[in-house]
Amino acid sequence: MTVDSSLAIQADGLAKSFRGSPALAGVDLRVRQGSIYGLLGPNGAGKTTTVRLLATLLRPDAGNAHILGYDVVREPEEVRRRISLTGQFASVDEDLTGRDNLILLGRLLGFRWSAARVRATELLDAFDLAEAAKRQVKTYSGGMRRRLDIAASVVRTPDLLFLDEPTTGLDPRSRGQVWQIVRALADSGTTVLLTTQYLEEADQLADRIAVVDRGTIIAEGTPTELKASVGRDVLRLTLRDAGQRETARDLIVGQLGRRVHLEADQRVLAVQLSGSDEALPILDAMARAGLRADEFALGTPSLDEVFFALTGHPAEPADGESEESALEAHR
Amino acid sequence: MNGDSASRRAVMAVVRPATSGGEPPRSRPVADSVAFGWRALLKIKHMPEQLFDVIVTPVMFTVMFTYLFGSALAGSPHVYLQFLLPGILVQTVMFTSIYTGFTLNTDFSKGIFDRFRSMPVWRPAPIVGAMLGDSARYTVSSLIVVAIGLAMGFRPESGLAGILWSLLLLDLFAIGIGWVFTILGLLARTPSTVMTLGWLVLMPLTFVSNIYVDPATMPGWLQAIVGVNPVSLLVTAIRDIMAGTVTAEMVGFALAAPAVIATVCVPLALRLYGRER
Ligand SMILES: Nc1ncnc2c1ncn2[C@@H]1O[C@H](COP(=O)(O)OP(=O)(O)O)[C@@H](O)[C@H]1O
Ligand SMILES: [Mg+2]
Repeated sequence: MTVDSSLAIQADGLAKSFRGSPALAGVDLRVRQGSIYGLLGPNGAGKTTTVRLLATLLRPDAGNAHILGYDVVREPEEVRRRISLTGQFASVDEDLTGRDNLILLGRLLGFRWSAARVRATELLDAFDLAEAAKRQVKTYSGGMRRRLDIAASVVRTPDLLFLDEPTTGLDPRSRGQVWQIVRALADSGTTVLLTTQYLEEADQLADRIAVVDRGTIIAEGTPTELKASVGRDVLRLTLRDAGQRETARDLIVGQLGRRVHLEADQRVLAVQLSGSDEALPILDAMARAGLRADEFALGTPSLDEVFFALTGHPAEPADGESEESALEAHR
Repeated sequence: MNGDSASRRAVMAVVRPATSGGEPPRSRPVADSVAFGWRALLKIKHMPEQLFDVIVTPVMFTVMFTYLFGSALAGSPHVYLQFLLPGILVQTVMFTSIYTGFTLNTDFSKGIFDRFRSMPVWRPAPIVGAMLGDSARYTVSSLIVVAIGLAMGFRPESGLAGILWSLLLLDLFAIGIGWVFTILGLLARTPSTVMTLGWLVLMPLTFVSNIYVDPATMPGWLQAIVGVNPVSLLVTAIRDIMAGTVTAEMVGFALAAPAVIATVCVPLALRLYGRER
């Protein structure tokens, strides 16, 4: 295998087990420099394990990975000189102030004390943390903590930045702020590997997406390609009454013999059509059965539906139990 | 929305383009260790309740033992204090050294260590830095014991110089012994395990020693144990330093155990720190 040092990440057959149970079962990745790459998958899919392997925190059981041409196992020092990691759980020191966190990292990255202080001030201003600079991080809100965590990763701008679930648990406003930060970093030429459970987030930010499920990559491509690979026509119905959703699903399954995706919104269901001409008969049948839809739309699938189509189970099981059992029944 | 694009511009302005960052950073043993030492001091500053332990316990022991046992054991509290104080210094530093393992254990389980370990930082720096912070703690608690002692009438023959040499020897001893707790901190699942196991080691070491009582009054078999206890050797050396009668041999005895411990434990600790978790 040849190592392409123009790639930010090149991984082949990465595998890792924890006490005999596989967390990753052969993952290949190619991430171009300067791009935002999204690892999309539900909880437990293996996203964090992938990041930790690439960031030299874990050793792969099999396979290999190169970061900017450097082997993560044989040249970890060279890799560490070029990456930053914002972990899934706060990778800043809760007991220190935001400012001291940044000064400490500046020192560890070779800044003089004075330069480290200047840099800390600069970052606190830019990340909208100036007012909280002298407070201990444990007093920060979730959004502030995340911003500090990302600021901590760019004290010296790395060539490659890992962001493990940067917006999980954040309110929409803080999420928007983090998105802007990620875009700004990418604009500056930093490569970003981002993991997320949110399909919308990967769609919004990533140039390419790998869908991870149970330790393997089940699909890879641009957001557009992924959507196209599932098929273009999806009928999405919003019922007037959430209580009728089961009946509506049974009706559609009966008519098309295809899986119906129940979305997080209790009133919404979606189904893949083989052509738009299948839509009218369904609406007709529903009307005759007394099932009323407030809205219906025919369009390209959302990533949520892509995930459903690829894995046969939803990415974010809102009412996971009933959905799983419904699936079993109609398989 | 406006606020968002403003933040995007602000971030753009402080992020250096990836190519213009110059030579990527390398690990630097001394600077990295000092940075972690600074971090340890900041933590003490933010968690004064830790210092509370370090301050209150020695004060309590000094006052309590002096007046409780002084007359019975040495005829008067004043005479006993001259004997007891070097021992209390050692006890204080020993008790403080548990914190090495406790803080490391609390620390290493946190996400921030993933960040440190993915940075070009000298590998042993977090541990060495923690020890620098501990030295500060040892010094503070020793100085408090000395101050209390002086206030109660402790008068070492060798004066200020004796006190300073004693502090240095204590610090060296504690740094050596501290590696045991470092390893405990790296192995234990929770900080409270570190505390429990730590006390299990420390209790016999400090009490089966010559800190409180002259071993001459003990049965022969116990004298033998007390005699080889590294804590006793250190206490004897400190008493001799304070009295101005110390010999190089005595200091050598006192430092033998910590030297052996460090030799065995340092490589082991670095291995444990480097392993994945
Ligand atoms: N340190 C570990 N010890 C044991 N099992 C682990 C460890 N880390 C991860 N796992 C397991 O590996 C699988 C993948 O986990 P992870 O990579 O954290 O997934 P994700 O980040 O996508 O949620 C999960 O089943 C998880 O329980
Ligand atoms: Mg994870």
